[in-house]
Order: sequence, then C-alpha cells, then structure tokens
Amino acid sequence: MVQKSKSIIVALVSRFMVPFIQLFAMYVIAHGHYSPGGGFQGGALLGASILLLRLTVGEQPSNLVFHTKYGTQISGFGVFIYAAVGVAAIIGGGLYLDYASLPIAGIEPAKLRSIGILLVEIGVGIGVMATMIAIFDDLARGHFHD
Amino acid sequence: MKLISYIILITFGILLIIAAGELPSRGHPENPINRDTSIAGTPGAAAHYIRNAEKETATPNMVTAILADYRGYDTLGETTVIFCAGIVVFLILRKQKDGTKI
Repeated sequence: MVQKSKSIIVALVSRFMVPFIQLFAMYVIAHGHYSPGGGFQGGALLGASILLLRLTVGEQPSNLVFHTKYGTQISGFGVFIYAAVGVAAIIGGGLYLDYASLPIAGIEPAKLRSIGILLVEIGVGIGVMATMIAIFDDLARGHFHD
Repeated sequence: MKLISYIILITFGILLIIAAGELPSRGHPENPINRDTSIAGTPGAAAHYIRNAEKETATPNMVTAILADYRGYDTLGETTVIFCAGIVVFLILRKQKDGTKI
C-alpha cells in the first residue's frame, strides 16, 4: 500500500505540476516527427506523472486518473495498437507494417507513412506508460485481480 | 577446475581486447556501414536513408523515420519486450483472491 506524502506543500505542488508534465509528454509524442522524442520518451513521461500522483496524494485520489486495475490491460492495448496498424496495412493490400498501403483514401503514400509512424508512436506511448504504472502497482502491493 | 575457469576467462578477455582494437573508428566515412555501395556492390543503407528518408516518409526527423518505419519490426519487438516485463512482474507479484500466490 502506497503511503501518501505527509507534507501538504509536496501534495499541492505535484498536483499543480502533473497536468503540465502530461501536456509536455503529449508534445514529445506528437512532435517526434520534427524533434527528438517519440513514443518511448513520451510514454515514460506520462507514466512518471501518474507515479508522482501515486506517491504524493495517495492511491485513492490517483485512481481517479489511472486505476490500479487497468495497468496491465492498457499496456496490452498499446502493443495491440502497434500490431493492428501492421494488420491494417495488410488489409490495405501491402506487407505487414508497410504504412504506405494503410486503407485511408485520398492521401499520398509519403503522407500515409507519416500518419502510420504517428499511430505507432501513440501505441508505443500507451504501452510504455501503462507498463510503468502496472509494474509500480504490482511492486507497491499485490492487487486482487479477476 | 578453478584454474581452467580462470584460463578460459583470461583467454577470452585478451581475445576481446584484441578484437576491440580492430574495430573501425566511429563515424568515419570509409566505414562499410557509411559507404555509398557495400563491399558486395549493393547500395548502402545509410546513404539511402540520408537521401530518401524525408521524401519517402514526409518526416523531417530521420531517426523517427528509421525507428518506426524502416525498422518497424524492431520497434514492435521492443514494445513487446516492455510489455513482457510488465506481464512477468504481474505474474510473479500479484496475489489471487484467496491470498495464495500463483
């Protein structure tokens, strides 16, 4: 069981910081096409923001943002997004993970590859974030699951 | 038995040090990886990426283009490895409803 921080300053400052950390994390994921960054880095930042909440305001309030029940499921969903983009390319008539043949009409192949890279990075980000949180929750306490 | 282990360890250590000395210097334009055509005469990969990555993927960041597009399988594997780490911690540490470990 995670004990929340006893200092009200720590709790208030971290509650103030978390939305900005998450905004910056989404910037890192979405701006990976133009600057250093991408799914892994942005996902690590997103996970760290939730872990900051877990450590400072306690488990019950941070469950409103990301419930301990769903860590492993959502990390699986992130990997699923990645694999599903590959299968969508097969459905569009190309090879696995060949984004140029994604079934979206009216976009030239180079742009399609750009979109495919963005979708894949989002999947990676969700997977990394949820895995970090799931590992932390499992280490913090053995949670009942069904 | 211990002597044999030490002999094997020191032999391989010396071999590794000799081999590390023969590695090509990093970033040199004459390295096989950086050449326009490889030793076998086929077009080199790095030159192709530098010339065509932005044109083919509409992504100015070449690292992202290589990581997520040209080397997509590799990144899929990396994501799966991270997912596997989460699953393993889940399987080892979480308890069942009646309190027994799996």
